[in-house]
Amino acid sequence: MKNQINTDKVQNPKLRPITIALVGQPNVGKSTVFNMMTGMNQHVGNWPGKTIEKKTGTFNYNKTTYHVVDLPGIYNLTANSLEEVIARDFIIKERPNVVVAVVNAAALERNLYLVSELIPLKVPIIIALNMMDVAKREGHRINPELLEKAMGIKVVPMVAAKNKGVDELMHAIDKLAHRVEDYKHVQPEIRPDLLAVLNDIQAQIEGFVPSDYPKDWVALKLLEGDKAVTQMMKEYLESSRWNAVQDILREHDDAMLALVSSRYEWIDRVVKGAVEHPKARQISRTAKLDRFATHPVWGIFIMLGILATAILLAKRIGLKTTWDALDRYLPIAKTGIASLLTNFPSWIRSMVVDGIIPGIGILIVFTVFLTMFFVILGILEDVGYLARVGYIMHRFMHRIGLYGKSFLPLCIGFACNVPGVMGTRVVETERARLMTILLTPFVPCIAQTTTTVILAPIFFGALAPLVVVGLILFNIVVLGLSGILLNRVLPNREHLELIMELPLYQWPNPRTIGIYVWQRMKHFLAKAGTVIVAATVVIWALSYFPHGNIETSILASIGRFLTPLGELMGLNWKMIVVLFASFVSKESTLVSMGVLVKDPNFVSALQAMLTTPAALAFLVTHMLFIPCITTFAVILGESRSWKWAILCVAYLFVVAFGMGILVYQIARLII
Amino acid sequence: MNKERIPLTELPAGKQAQVEIIQGGNNLIGRLAGVGITPGVEVTMVQNFRKRPVIVNVRYTQIALGRSVASKIYVK
Repeated sequence: MKNQINTDKVQNPKLRPITIALVGQPNVGKSTVFNMMTGMNQHVGNWPGKTIEKKTGTFNYNKTTYHVVDLPGIYNLTANSLEEVIARDFIIKERPNVVVAVVNAAALERNLYLVSELIPLKVPIIIALNMMDVAKREGHRINPELLEKAMGIKVVPMVAAKNKGVDELMHAIDKLAHRVEDYKHVQPEIRPDLLAVLNDIQAQIEGFVPSDYPKDWVALKLLEGDKAVTQMMKEYLESSRWNAVQDILREHDDAMLALVSSRYEWIDRVVKGAVEHPKARQISRTAKLDRFATHPVWGIFIMLGILATAILLAKRIGLKTTWDALDRYLPIAKTGIASLLTNFPSWIRSMVVDGIIPGIGILIVFTVFLTMFFVILGILEDVGYLARVGYIMHRFMHRIGLYGKSFLPLCIGFACNVPGVMGTRVVETERARLMTILLTPFVPCIAQTTTTVILAPIFFGALAPLVVVGLILFNIVVLGLSGILLNRVLPNREHLELIMELPLYQWPNPRTIGIYVWQRMKHFLAKAGTVIVAATVVIWALSYFPHGNIETSILASIGRFLTPLGELMGLNWKMIVVLFASFVSKESTLVSMGVLVKDPNFVSALQAMLTTPAALAFLVTHMLFIPCITTFAVILGESRSWKWAILCVAYLFVVAFGMGILVYQIARLII
Repeated sequence: MNKERIPLTELPAGKQAQVEIIQGGNNLIGRLAGVGITPGVEVTMVQNFRKRPVIVNVRYTQIALGRSVASKIYVK
């Protein structure tokens, strides 16, 4: 196949890669259309400098290779969110050969709103009229040919989830891309009064608009009060013209309402005759389910039930079997490989056996566990349930500057921070996503909680359950306060006003979920895999060199160096080392404690080593302490920024020790 | 009484009304238009519990709106 394309290129030097952009509102099955067209020929990355996902892919049709860019799902082409700016800048600056607007047939008019904003950008458009089956089920009757005629835009009816219409779409793309000159859409009419205003503005900016931008579109956006375009034209216009534009705009500062109404008037004219809506509104399956799923009381129970089941399933099936298998086979692998390495120096043997193999072990456990997790998360997202979580939790989350959907990754964080951080991709805006990524490590993972559950009775006896619950609540309080702080510090504070679509429930599509899981895992293994193994080796080196003994190792020296810090919270160097060793994995905290305490009577030795206030301080610090290597690796992978990842760890470090010291000093006075 | 202009937050569940005006900046008007809420459109209140975001059905879609947003939409 590849050879064929190459020879094509040789034969036809004019052939350059043809770029297709996919645009659409959320919940229109855009990803499914993308997946069906490109299959496994996909690349998932991020938009330059952003945490927003950029999906690209290719497909071949009629001996031509098409390069497809899946633009972020957006409701309009304003500059209200980064996603919108990315989408429209791509269309304006990269000039894709064809823009495919994916439209949900079951909510046609609302979806055509985006198309009405797309048309003024003057790019060849094809409408992928997706979810025809859902529209039919809901009682809408649509005549695609009439719609096509009314708009002058090719309309391809589709059921992408069932692979219907995909070939027709590719055919339409191929046809349009090669005969762009034939493309002639119907210009959406604008009310005459608005048109006059737009002409006035256009007269002022004539000759000053950067060449990428259509003039009438710039005039339109100025009238809308679009921040990005206004800023741009302020720079390009001389001051007298700028003032003249400002005068016009001031006179028509209520134009936006008229503009949006005018767009829907056009839409209503276009769909008239082509669409028949159900007369009596029957109560749909979705509405019936939502009576419980979005109920203020039942909704929360249902959500917690679903999340608990999901976490339990992933843990039981994924985590437990893998840990058991590793417990059985890792020692065998270690002795086996150690015996193969007898001729090598002992430090190499130790590095492989105590550094690399455990690192790979962690990687295997996480791979299985995360795969399970993403299957479940993928199903919840595809079914449409995640929007309901966003709705139910909005009330609580918006107080700390987050959207309701951020609750999900934070909640998953209680099981494990790693899928929590990776799950932040469900969060709508970049800013809220970054905030959620940075806040997730404050959620104590199951390993941190377990360690606390085991250690608390040693020091607090009957009060232990209270201490454990108190510590978890303490973490949540610190998380909340950090959220408020982050919200203040981060630029571009958002209006957290909830405007969210609750999509119709649908059956999960295995192909969509399969590709979703595959991409997540590929990303995890590529990004986190190397970091995890490298970091385990580094920690191993610190605990091995120079003498091959942890008590005289570099790690111990660091612990001893930090003794003054430890003293502030009643901890000796060994406990400090234990804290640092928990960076490898939170599961290893107790193990390293056992190694360092080195007493057959572990409990009484520990009691002798730590006073009650010191023990409390240790637990506080441990619960808040820097995330494990794997979490760090995914924070790095998801935020795409060393700056944020390091800042996050540094902040946790300061907060953990700060709180530990505070708690110790206060507890010492009371107890 | 029935024909008086009220904020959307005061429309009881199950009742239908027509959007009259949106009292907000261009930003809000644009965002609401994107989800189908514009002057003149028919909305049906689906869920309206006190202090919770409301859910309305508009142009064949369920839309959740925070109370601060809903209070800026006047219906008749």
